[in-house]
Amino acid sequence: MASYSGLRILKEGLTGNTGWRPAWRKPSPKPAYDAIVIGGGGHGLATAFYLASIHGITNVAVLEKGPIGLGNTGRNTTIVRSNYMLPENHHFYEHSLKLWEGLEQSLGYNVMMSQRGVLNLFHSDSQRNAFTRRGNALRLAGIDAELIGPDVVKAMCPLIDLHNARFPVMGGLLQRRGGTARHDAVAWGFAHAADARGVDIIEHCEVTSMIIEGGAIQGVRTTQGDIMAPKVGLAVAGNTSLLCAMAGLTVPVESHLMQAFVSEALKPLIDGVVTFGAQHFYISQSDKGGLVFGGGLDGYSSYGQRGTLPEAEHIFAAGASLMPALKRVRALRSWAGVMDMTPDASPYICLTPIKGLTLTGGWNYGGFKATPGSGWCHAWTMAKQEPHRLNAAYTLTRFREGRMLDEKGAGPFFWMQ
Amino acid sequence: MLQIHCPHCGVRDEAEFSYRGDATVKRPSGEDPEAFVDYVYNRVNARGWHIEWWQHSTGCRQWLRVTRHTVTHEINAVELPE
Repeated sequence: MASYSGLRILKEGLTGNTGWRPAWRKPSPKPAYDAIVIGGGGHGLATAFYLASIHGITNVAVLEKGPIGLGNTGRNTTIVRSNYMLPENHHFYEHSLKLWEGLEQSLGYNVMMSQRGVLNLFHSDSQRNAFTRRGNALRLAGIDAELIGPDVVKAMCPLIDLHNARFPVMGGLLQRRGGTARHDAVAWGFAHAADARGVDIIEHCEVTSMIIEGGAIQGVRTTQGDIMAPKVGLAVAGNTSLLCAMAGLTVPVESHLMQAFVSEALKPLIDGVVTFGAQHFYISQSDKGGLVFGGGLDGYSSYGQRGTLPEAEHIFAAGASLMPALKRVRALRSWAGVMDMTPDASPYICLTPIKGLTLTGGWNYGGFKATPGSGWCHAWTMAKQEPHRLNAAYTLTRFREGRMLDEKGAGPFFWMQ
Repeated sequence: MLQIHCPHCGVRDEAEFSYRGDATVKRPSGEDPEAFVDYVYNRVNARGWHIEWWQHSTGCRQWLRVTRHTVTHEINAVELPE
């Protein structure tokens, strides 16, 4: 197994870089495993890593229809934070943030976690009151939150036009421990560490149906043959409805597009992550210098994995109104992910009506920051076939029971979250 | 940019319309709570042709039943609700 360190880089540099090996194997599937994880994105690979490293279940396959990490793991804005108001959410996301803080040591892989701060701007008295309430809820739970005034905002990010006529910037709620991580490296790091513990990562292996007998999962049919396992976990983001349908389940999910952009590389302009929620715009700057920015949903259900132009125009307009200096910046690339939207913008990490079949999904537009927490809780749920207390509220049945986790209060409309 | 053929106003850009979700779900006539859970929350979420509501909210305000493909975004039918 390859291990990574400064010393190793020095040694390889002096010996022609001939000693590097692939970060994970390319195994053929065995006929049976103790557990199968469907979906080789961040969440699925993290599930496999924690199954192996915490629960001692190493006879595991991760099945991915394409190459790993090319779904939503590679189609986000890399933001990590835990500043949610509802207790069920902030305890879960704070656990995830704590895993992020030690992730490089856990994986032996540089995921470029950078706690450069996440700043949510507010523009009115009522919005300040709402942000104050959220900040207080966070601090009562022991999570860092700071309410800052416009002078501090200006000092942190001089590009922001405080005196915007429609949305004057009155201050912001800052989480200093939030920040960004390198999204591809997260998939590669989890793959590397899971593989080193014996997990088979099987790429180009698409699940075509599920083998279910007597209400219990037995295995899956794939493009590389039948693979049996008494435990199967889904981590398939925007395809959650399709995989659940293979098990005969109709779930509260609708797939929607969210797009993001990266600009040409610039000198350092923006230190942390700035979010302009009033217009659905958020921005940070990558270590290579590109401005990474995105907006809201494109607005109608889609599996298209490509953005539409009206929303792109809105995102550019919102960015230029917040930071007028960006008007002449050119976008280099754009992408869209297929978001598994839920009726309350909160996720599912849960058992399903099929014995042995579990699910992590419904991550809406917030899945990247949840990657380690989702894998950690899903691995627990798969290993013990019962939820951990951190994900006990993330059920498919919460709507029937009147226990919505409606952070935003937008109502049960998938496209309005 | 989608173009939706409104039966009253002609072909218009999507920016004039509001998406209003899956048009195949029907409000239950009885009082069975499970049927209401299905109606409000559960969705087939098809990858393919999808029948959905669009309202011509900045035009004639008519609700339209649109058949659109969720991968290609092609629209092949726009109907008035019965």
